[in-house]
Amino acid sequence: MPKIHERKFISADPDKCVGCQVCEYICSVSKEKAFNPLKSRVRVVRINQLVNLPVMCRLCEDPPCVAACPRDALTQSEETGIISVDKDKCNGCGWCIEACDYGAIMLHPDAKIVYVCDLCKEKGEPQCIKWCPEEALDLVTSDVLAQKARITAVKKLFTEAAETPK
Amino acid sequence: MFAYAGKILRVDLTTGKVSTEGLSEELAKNYIGGIGLGIRLLMDNSKPGVDAFDPLNPIIFVTGPLSGTMGPTAGNGYAVVSKSPATGGVGEAKAHGFFGPDLKRAGYDAVIITGKAEKLSYLWIDDDRVRVMSAERMRGKSPHETDKAIREELGDYYIRVSAIGESGEKLCRFAAIINDEFRAIGRTGMGAVMGSKNLKAVAVRGTHDVNVANLGGFRDFIKMIHEHMKGPATAKYRTLGTPENVLVLNSLSALATRNFTNATFEGAEKVSGEYLNAHYIKKIVGCATCGMRCDHIAVVPEGPYQGSTSRLEFECLWSMGPLCGIDRLDAIIEGMRIANEYGMDGISIGVVVAFAMDAYEHGIITKEQTDGIDLRFGNADALIAVIHKIGKREGWLGNVLAEGVSKAAEIIGNGAEKYACHIKGLELPGYDLRTLKTAALGFSVSFRGACHLRNGAYSPDVKGKVNRFKIEKGRGKMIADEGNMYNIIDSLIVCKFSRGTYYDGWKDLANYYTLATGISMTPEEMTKDGERIENLARLFNIREGKGTRKYDNVPYKIKNYPVPDEGPAKGACISDEEFQIGLDDYYAVRGWTSDGVPAIEKLKELGLGDFAYIVEKAKRVGA
Repeated sequence: MPKIHERKFISADPDKCVGCQVCEYICSVSKEKAFNPLKSRVRVVRINQLVNLPVMCRLCEDPPCVAACPRDALTQSEETGIISVDKDKCNGCGWCIEACDYGAIMLHPDAKIVYVCDLCKEKGEPQCIKWCPEEALDLVTSDVLAQKARITAVKKLFTEAAETPK
Repeated sequence: MFAYAGKILRVDLTTGKVSTEGLSEELAKNYIGGIGLGIRLLMDNSKPGVDAFDPLNPIIFVTGPLSGTMGPTAGNGYAVVSKSPATGGVGEAKAHGFFGPDLKRAGYDAVIITGKAEKLSYLWIDDDRVRVMSAERMRGKSPHETDKAIREELGDYYIRVSAIGESGEKLCRFAAIINDEFRAIGRTGMGAVMGSKNLKAVAVRGTHDVNVANLGGFRDFIKMIHEHMKGPATAKYRTLGTPENVLVLNSLSALATRNFTNATFEGAEKVSGEYLNAHYIKKIVGCATCGMRCDHIAVVPEGPYQGSTSRLEFECLWSMGPLCGIDRLDAIIEGMRIANEYGMDGISIGVVVAFAMDAYEHGIITKEQTDGIDLRFGNADALIAVIHKIGKREGWLGNVLAEGVSKAAEIIGNGAEKYACHIKGLELPGYDLRTLKTAALGFSVSFRGACHLRNGAYSPDVKGKVNRFKIEKGRGKMIADEGNMYNIIDSLIVCKFSRGTYYDGWKDLANYYTLATGISMTPEEMTKDGERIENLARLFNIREGKGTRKYDNVPYKIKNYPVPDEGPAKGACISDEEFQIGLDDYYAVRGWTSDGVPAIEKLKELGLGDFAYIVEKAKRVGA
């Protein structure tokens, strides 16, 4: 059973993300040697002028994509949580895409099978984190994410309290 | 081809005919892309004397060789080139955001659009499937609303749209084309040209890869640029942003106030970059591939314009602020927001309102003509009300001002042209030319009209590298050199804010080009390209009867209204004598005649000998 401190995935800080898509471009060129966001494992969403966030695989504890695959083409590593696609079994049916709540798994426009973020396992470190100009991306565990949020919330509470005139 | 798509798309909106042709390596190497390629295609696909609103006037959407790659800022650019309804000469503008890369991925280096659609339409470019779709239900909608409506209709969130608003539909001569909510093909009225073709928007979706010739080298190069983008060259854009200019120019008595009456503004602190960032800026966002992000997004927290949200840069802050004597940022932000909703150039709109205010204060425009609006300098409510009128072309005032200051002054008569601050029909940007004289010369000779982006001639003045209160010999070379560089910046299409990150200047840019395209390019060849583009644009203007010495001028107030403000700039204005010396100096450096016409030898040197007929005709006519 993977321990909570070992299952790492990439997450973005919404306060820092500026929607620049550098992550999309470095991902597609690292993985496919071409510049094309349609082949990137991460996609940025800009809701309005103020809200941007990149979305990629969260390495769910109980991945719906794996459960949904009718051909068992998707497996999840016990150790890392990374989802692997068996290219001989995958037929591009897209059930996993429907199952994923975030749109993190996608159909590759050329290969006709699905693809998903694998933390750049062959490179040893995720390229998007390295290249993000705002340092908005980080490799986190769910526990660390919760810790960060907790600490930020408490700090904010006390800073605001300190600023409130007596 | 690498980086380039290698293909040009032609669309005739009258017949609905769509065709493609190849992009030759020769054309690519000699004109690069962006405005360079656009101006060449404009020259080759137009006939002399055709009005900007005529269906025969082509409007050309162009990408650069670096569009669609990961080049920081270079990856996202596109340009639009056509004959300008404001100047009658070359109209061009560039925009960033997210539209450009999709056009390249769809497989096109340029899209030449001619004719006129029968009904309001949008062009839908879906890789190699190109269709003209009905845009009737988007009539009157803002560019952003149009963007959303098109994406919803076509069912894809990632489709990119470049669209006009109501003012473009109604042929406002300074109407803009806007993509990604607040990125603008802003100046020279390209939006009006689209409106004249019944073209509401261009929507694009591209799925092809973009590949560079030398991937390893390219990656190393852009890694270097990313690092430079964290350094001093971009600090301004990452912190206060361009609004930093407000107090800088004010301290130099170069902040044109009340339509170039004063050169300092008593309300400068209240509209400064410092004040804006402290009280209004909620977030700074970026464009595709950018390593520095500069879009300062302002939100009004309270008051009559509460909630108004807009990106705000110096030029628009100045034009709707100090230039109109307005010291309220909430109104300026709202002004910018609605200017974007109508789809109008943020510089021209402010200058047009300031012109009207000046004319009103001098009794040339009456309160009856303003429909009761008290159009005095400093009246923020009046600014907002008049922007609405212009956007809608409503009433006598809205209709006249939508023509831009040059034509509005003609229509109004009665000495109004004294208050019209433009060069060649393009409204002046935010630099007081009476106290920044290199800028005065540089703006006057620019092929676009009064433009700070063609040669950045304000820079030696503001940085204190020259005596800014006098035009002297030697300025011509500064302007020409920077002009060549800026032409290449706008042809590769890299963001001008990134210009300081290419520490080795021409060497870096030539290398960038070669790494991406595989086409060998030396710094000398690239400099020549910049010179060629300048000369070709000049030739177009001459061909259209707008390109000779008499059009390289400065507005009446710059020559005749000395700066009244106490301080080192008191009494400053441009004398005709020094101005003519400046023109002679510039023309000599350019290899042009004393009438500002490229000499035949220069044309031959640049491979433009085929256009000798234009300069010969100009000599005969004495244009």
